[in-house]
Amino acid sequence: MAEKQTNKSVIFNPLSKDNPVIVQILGICSSLAVTAKLEPAIVMGISVIAVLAFSNVIISLLRNTIPTNIRIIVQLVVVAGLVVVVNQLLLAYAYDVAKQLSVFIGLIITNCILMGRLEAFAMANRPWPSFLDGIGNGLGYALILVIVGFFRELLGSGTLLGFQVIPQWCYEHGYVNNGLMILPPMALIVVACIIWVHRSINKDLQEQ
Amino acid sequence: MNKQSNTYTIIYVVVLVVIVGAALAFASMSLKSRQQANEDNDRRRQILASVNITPAEDRIQAEFDKYIVSQIVINEKGDSIGSDAFGISIAAESKVATDKRQLPLFVCSIDGTTKYIIPLYGAGLWGPIWGYLALNEDGSTIYGAYFGHQGETPGLGAEITKDAFRNQFTGKSLFKNGQFEPVVVVKKGQKPAGDEDYVDGVAGGTITSKGVSAMLGDCLKPYKTYLENLRNK
Repeated sequence: MAEKQTNKSVIFNPLSKDNPVIVQILGICSSLAVTAKLEPAIVMGISVIAVLAFSNVIISLLRNTIPTNIRIIVQLVVVAGLVVVVNQLLLAYAYDVAKQLSVFIGLIITNCILMGRLEAFAMANRPWPSFLDGIGNGLGYALILVIVGFFRELLGSGTLLGFQVIPQWCYEHGYVNNGLMILPPMALIVVACIIWVHRSINKDLQEQ
Repeated sequence: MNKQSNTYTIIYVVVLVVIVGAALAFASMSLKSRQQANEDNDRRRQILASVNITPAEDRIQAEFDKYIVSQIVINEKGDSIGSDAFGISIAAESKVATDKRQLPLFVCSIDGTTKYIIPLYGAGLWGPIWGYLALNEDGSTIYGAYFGHQGETPGLGAEITKDAFRNQFTGKSLFKNGQFEPVVVVKKGQKPAGDEDYVDGVAGGTITSKGVSAMLGDCLKPYKTYLENLRNK
């Protein structure tokens, strides 16, 4: 870290200017896979926040003891352990969602955001800022997931969190759900639209 | 102490792995009972789905108790040898020789008619597939079917769980001219003319479709005697 960041910027920067998904373009894969409906998107977001925050804290606590040669392996072990715990908790308390997310919970391990934050932040910072950084980046990721999930479920199924929101008379007057929204390509396009809007608001992100 | 030495590195890894392993074992053991309850509930949901009953999450147990009036375990000769059909692991039984198998059977009562639900278990392309087949009182006509899978390809093999596939089974019969012939899944367009008891496989899911076919054959044959007795009643 070239300059010392304040705790506030650590937690709020990743929400917009330094967003892991729409600025750093990390974790795109899972944001395609779990956003066809809002509910799995929210659960996935919460899971990533939890894993990211706690792995950041653990790595930050261990950072002075980890031998440099195997630091990536140590990070992986910690992340993998936490992911398995999250998966077990979901199987016990949110069985349906766990089945829906199935393999993607396990794939949190391979989410670039995690290794990125561990390597770039937790290895060099104290536990409390690391915790905030984890929460911030997790929230930044979850935010995009929820936005994408919101539009895909609304336009693709006419529901939100499983409740019908587009009234019946719309269908009677010829409105049809856009089946394409459910399919993975539309997730990419929605993410791209978010990036577009975001960059036109934040002119300093645009390359010359 | 030199933190970059080999000894330190090895000890560090060993300690780390032991701690993480212990933590995972603890998490797994303390959540086991809740996970088991969820799994059991999911199985009840699947059994009910084979007779086209889809209760809300919190009503599954109640609906199961209401519709499934009895459970029996039979052997290949058709004799009843127990009553805890739900407690039998069909995955384990399918590995046993047919004459030693415990065969679970759920008796379901819907609107005054009796249905018999037979659990199925077999192999798809990537992993296990399973299902429940509901038969009418005559022990031959299929009333409904449910299929599940662990990791078949979405859009291809995984289509066996869709209504379009499972509804094809309704109305097919297991006995033809007194001969026992489980339903066969074939590629689209390969149904022998004039023969009703074939089902179209899933396009692009040939191996999964064949797996369903093999599963039906393997799992239904041991019930033959029992079903024949039902027919002749």
